[in-house]
Amino acid sequence: MATLLRKSRALQLLGLMFPGGFWMVVFFLLPLLFIVVLSFLDNERLFTLEGYQRVFDPLYIGIFLQSIWISLLTTIISLLISFPVALFMARLPKGWRDIALFAVMIPFWTNFLVRTYALQFLMRNQGPINLLLQWIGLIDEPLSMLNTPAAVMVGLIYGNLPFMILPVYTSLEKFDWTLLEAAQDLGASAWPAFFRVMLPLTAPGLLSGSILTFVPAIGSYVTAELMGGGKATMIGRVIAGQFEQAQNWTFGSAMSLILMVIVTIFALIYFRLGRGERVAL
Amino acid sequence: MKSDFAIELVDVVKRFGTVAAVDHVSMQIRPREFFALLGPSGCGKTTCLRMIAGFEQPSSGQLLLQGKPLGDIPAFKRNVNTVFQSYALFPHMTVAQNVAFGLEMKGVGRDEIRRRVADALDLVRLPQMADRYPKQMSGGQQQRVALARALVNKPEVLLLDEPLGALDYKLRKEMQIELKQMQQQLGITFIFVTHDQEEALTMSDRICVMSTGHALQVGTPLEIYERPNCKFVADFIGETNFLPGVVTEISGEYATVNVADMSLVGRLGEGVTLGASAWLSVRPEKMQLVDEARANPSALNTNSVTIDSVAYVGSDTRVVVHLGGQRLDVWDENNISTLDPNFYFRAGERASLSFPADNALVLVK
Amino acid sequence: MAQLVSASSSAPANVAGESRARVSAGRLVLTTITAATFAFLYVPIFVLIIFSFNQAKSGATWTGFTTEWYAKMFANEDLIEAALNSLLVGTISTLVAVVLGTLLALAMERYSFKGKAFWDGLLYMPVIIPEIVAGVSLLLFFAFIGLERGFPTLLAAHVAFTTPFVYLTVRARLADFDRSVEEAAMDLGADEWHTFWRITLPLLMPGVVSGALLAFTLSMDDFIISNFVKGVGWNTLPVYVWPQLKRAVSPEINAASTMLLLFSIFIVVLSLVLQRRQSRI
Ligand SMILES: Nc1ncnc2c1ncn2[C@@H]1O[C@H](COP(=O)(O)OP(=O)(O)OP(=O)(O)O)[C@@H](O)[C@H]1O
Ligand SMILES: [Mg+2]
Repeated sequence: MATLLRKSRALQLLGLMFPGGFWMVVFFLLPLLFIVVLSFLDNERLFTLEGYQRVFDPLYIGIFLQSIWISLLTTIISLLISFPVALFMARLPKGWRDIALFAVMIPFWTNFLVRTYALQFLMRNQGPINLLLQWIGLIDEPLSMLNTPAAVMVGLIYGNLPFMILPVYTSLEKFDWTLLEAAQDLGASAWPAFFRVMLPLTAPGLLSGSILTFVPAIGSYVTAELMGGGKATMIGRVIAGQFEQAQNWTFGSAMSLILMVIVTIFALIYFRLGRGERVAL
Repeated sequence: MKSDFAIELVDVVKRFGTVAAVDHVSMQIRPREFFALLGPSGCGKTTCLRMIAGFEQPSSGQLLLQGKPLGDIPAFKRNVNTVFQSYALFPHMTVAQNVAFGLEMKGVGRDEIRRRVADALDLVRLPQMADRYPKQMSGGQQQRVALARALVNKPEVLLLDEPLGALDYKLRKEMQIELKQMQQQLGITFIFVTHDQEEALTMSDRICVMSTGHALQVGTPLEIYERPNCKFVADFIGETNFLPGVVTEISGEYATVNVADMSLVGRLGEGVTLGASAWLSVRPEKMQLVDEARANPSALNTNSVTIDSVAYVGSDTRVVVHLGGQRLDVWDENNISTLDPNFYFRAGERASLSFPADNALVLVK
Repeated sequence: MAQLVSASSSAPANVAGESRARVSAGRLVLTTITAATFAFLYVPIFVLIIFSFNQAKSGATWTGFTTEWYAKMFANEDLIEAALNSLLVGTISTLVAVVLGTLLALAMERYSFKGKAFWDGLLYMPVIIPEIVAGVSLLLFFAFIGLERGFPTLLAAHVAFTTPFVYLTVRARLADFDRSVEEAAMDLGADEWHTFWRITLPLLMPGVVSGALLAFTLSMDDFIISNFVKGVGWNTLPVYVWPQLKRAVSPEINAASTMLLLFSIFIVVLSLVLQRRQSRI
């Protein structure tokens, strides 16, 4: 038995791959294929294109576009915030750097629901911000900060920022600063040195962070629900609605499939740009 | 039947894809021998060692350990141990745990393990380091741990893959002497991979010079240096001048080569035939430069040359001369006459260059 | 940015003053952005913690200090049960995911076989597929094969979405693995079995531990997928608190959130301690 196992790489491979492979096929891949099939079947399990016809209703097209737009903007703003923060962290002395890293790690590991709820609590009409502003006398009436696309975006940025900062920080920490000196030695001034040397070399981290922000943003449900309420709707909420209240599985499946396609397109762009590098966690 | 050899390679070939990393290599390594595999980077030295250790299987041919075919016996059942080039110490174990590992695997008792580990660490002069982790040690110390870890198992053959490669020059020299002493004291066969010819020459009983997967020559350091069997070996070991020419006469152990209308005589190398083109190889330290006035121009291998440059390099003075359109290096050991610029040759002057026939070698082209 | 880039250049003496001014200006900008970002990340959390001690039943007016909500929370049997459920699912699914993920990592990193690209993609998909889609697909799948939703379906789902994260973490570690130590072990007489347990696994352990912590946190945090696959009466903590977060009727939920937060901090500290211990080797 032992010698058989030693001789046969195929057998070894089977033993290693089978348990996890089986699990992933049955409880991940197969269900996704179900979505594909179901999006073409109506309640009587007959072929239909109704689900897709409804997706092209201007109402839903609008929601899709809004979701993509909000997610892209979220990703870009997060990137613009994260880069200076990560840069600052990477340039700190060792002890302080560890503390700063710890400070990013805590929200990273903290329950997403709780954090989003905390932000929503803060921004409510009767929440601490409004009360504070009223107390100072800056405003008379409470500002209505929730239930807008902007609120959703703030929520998404808040929720996903640690997932952007960490990979960007990791790539900046590995960055060899003498390369910048080398670039300047070769006559590049600050901005060209940044764009030609620093940016390409830290790109994998920026891309990882972007995909780790974009995917949860476009599929967001919790944030959309808590920050957007009934007013600002994202695809995630529409999909969930089809399986909870509306019970229109055909339409829900069609929407899910289209969401998957959108995400896949962005992931492919990401792999192109990143030359296939994997998201580092 | 007990074999005369510790290790034998019989027509061994190892292919990676289409590349033959080791190409029909045969060699015999004697018991208690310090055997060096010497050759440029990528010539297949490591691959040879890995086949002996059992990490690679030969594509064809056979390996014998004390006359018994190794076949596909796995690495952990071969009584052969390796000192890895990168040491490959277990980073999560202390020095003592590293050294004890092999004995534990053999099921040696606790007390004996403790004793033998202590002995091994004494041998490599690291007894006080037993509880350190590899990370906490210098490169030289790690190297000794790797040595102790292998030697503690009393292998029949110890394989060392450029074990001194990562050490600085001085430490390297020290370790060379220590390794050699240890090998003589323990009486274990060492197969030692290096691409440093000086290291191979000073340490080994015999050397195998390899190039692109072939074993070109096996011999004692003296044979390899004085009697290289081909241009590659002559070139790789030490410095040599090569003069191209045609063999015009062969008599006994000597051959005459016509080099640019000069007839030069050297010892006859392997496979040299009359009328074929050949190399006349002379080492720079084996030629003499004398004043033209004092030379006998009709003597054997004596020719007039032009001095091109003269450089002082500590122990020698290195002179470049022109001989019939060829540049030759000539090294003169420094003494009173070479050090006085008033008496020594200057660039542009003429001089007479000569060497005995025994100091030159005629090699096939 | 440009200022900071030039910070590393050694300017000639005559422009040193100007350059130093630019450097400190750049520093100031970076420090400000970083401080603002950390405030953004932490203020909501601190406000939430503070208000979990507020007497007022609703709104953000401070009426006095109390620990009443904590007492109430611990007396809430449904909540305690949900928390225990979460721990149970988190623990079991982590154990399974660690085994499956590690085996997969070994297979994918050390063997070449036909169809490897497929598995590469499949095992990466959970990072890219939005949770909402994964949740919906599992709901459909379980409904179609007629499997009643409950603890087993929850567990199956959690293992499926955590395994790839363990796999990615362990595989990253395995990619940096110096295989010559394994050869050294074999050379010293260890067979494959001993080599794995004495050398490979201990050296892989940091990766396995981070993978496990990640899996556990993901499982504890998960709301969307759990909400779709849990059975009636089988609540995990996030699923249980969700409706109450949305309505935000009682400050008790602030107390519960604070507890979850403390738990996350505990996990971060634990992971850092473990990493410290490992990095000594
Ligand atoms: N696992 C492998 N797969 C493919 N080619 C290999 C492998 N191992 C070695 N080779 C090739 O075989 C040849 C010989 O390699 P080897 O490592 O034996 O050289 P070497 O003499 O030890 O060189 P160095 O002095 O640089 O260590 C090289 O061309 C190398 O690229
Ligand atoms: Mg080598």
